[in-house]
Amino acid sequence: MTSSALALGDVLAANGEGFQAPGLGEFYPEAIAHFSVLGINFEITRITIILWIATLAMAAFLYFAARNASIVPGKLQFLGEAGYGLIRNGIARDVIGPRGLPFAPFLASLFFFILANNLMAIIPFAQISPMSKFAFPLFLALVCYVIYIWVGIREQGVKRYFKDILFLPGVPTYMYVLVTPIEILQNFVVRPFTLAVRLFANMFAGHMLLVVFSLGAVYLLQTGNYSAVFGPISALMAIVMTFFELLVIFLQAYVFTVLMGTYLNGSIEAEH
Amino acid sequence: MLVWAAEETHNPLIPPVGEIIIGAIAFAVLAFVMIKLVAPQFEKAFVARRNAIEGGIERAEAMQAEAKAALEQYRAQLAEARTEAAQIRDAARAEGQQILEEMRGQAQAESARIIARGEEQLMAQRQQVISQLRAEIGTLAVELAGRVVGESLTDEARRSGTVDRFLAELDGMTAGTAAGDGRGGSTAYAPQGDR
Repeated sequence: MTSSALALGDVLAANGEGFQAPGLGEFYPEAIAHFSVLGINFEITRITIILWIATLAMAAFLYFAARNASIVPGKLQFLGEAGYGLIRNGIARDVIGPRGLPFAPFLASLFFFILANNLMAIIPFAQISPMSKFAFPLFLALVCYVIYIWVGIREQGVKRYFKDILFLPGVPTYMYVLVTPIEILQNFVVRPFTLAVRLFANMFAGHMLLVVFSLGAVYLLQTGNYSAVFGPISALMAIVMTFFELLVIFLQAYVFTVLMGTYLNGSIEAEH
Repeated sequence: MLVWAAEETHNPLIPPVGEIIIGAIAFAVLAFVMIKLVAPQFEKAFVARRNAIEGGIERAEAMQAEAKAALEQYRAQLAEARTEAAQIRDAARAEGQQILEEMRGQAQAESARIIARGEEQLMAQRQQVISQLRAEIGTLAVELAGRVVGESLTDEARRSGTVDRFLAELDGMTAGTAAGDGRGGSTAYAPQGDR
């Protein structure tokens, strides 16, 4: 059963009490299995399974696309190369700069991981993106956070890196009162937080929209009064929003990677 | 309805640690596949493709250079042939000039020879005519004188040789005038003198 179907059960169970809007329960399906390792509780839910299916499917696709990479690419290789090239040339080379190419595999991992999981939002029977669970975007943002600070220290040295952030060069001295707290906040708090929340909130909201329109269509068709007329409109909106969601899926995966690219660029190049 | 009740305890921005670890493992798997297996293969393909393209360009460049060299060679050969032709033409012209000179010289010599022979012949004929005339003039003069003076003078004149003497004198006179007239390039072929 999909999460939407679960919610549908709730809607139908609430017969006669009006439309019960789907809530956070959407994102907390019942656990299939529980276990505990070193005091940490693990829950296997359908979202966990979707995460693994998406990840393994994407890994398999990439593996088979790259396995016999040749000068003249086949269809599969072409597709994989197009995605990899988009990140390698569009972000690693053009955003980070000439020294960005070593980061291309990592950035491509980010992109393909997010893309695969996002795509699950509109794939039938899954229809929820693991990225709408805050844990996953948060983890990715933390990885990025650690990496861009580490790269900054490695490239510029501890002293130089933190000094440039604390005391932005080229700013009048009295302005440091204002600039320094902003810079600290931006570099060490806002960046990772926005990175995680942007992705999470987009997928979360996208899922809610789809669920509301889908369940609304079912509910309206079953009301038995004149409201049934609006049922098809709600269904149409669900379809339209699915296409919109497809756009968001690619866009958010790309935006996350591009932002990581710009942060890396800031770490590598001693700009300002 | 149980789900709704449980929902109250969930805060979507505070995820359970277990979920983060599961996400970490999943991302690690994909990152491993990408970094270890996929990216190197794609990079290899990119390099191979670039090399293939560069190789093609290189081959084309080599071919162009070869063609250019051939053209240069052609041009050099053409220039060489041209100068050679010019040389041959000059040589031929010079040779023709030389031949012409030679021919002219020969013709001049021939003409001079013919003229000389003609003059010689003329002289010989003249000598012959003179000697014939001398003989005849002698007899004619004696006969005339005999008719004027008398009949028997002929024998007497023959005996004393006066006619011959007169004629010799006459001869000497003509020889003198011939020497004086000889201005027309025939000085070398003047009469040979007395016999």
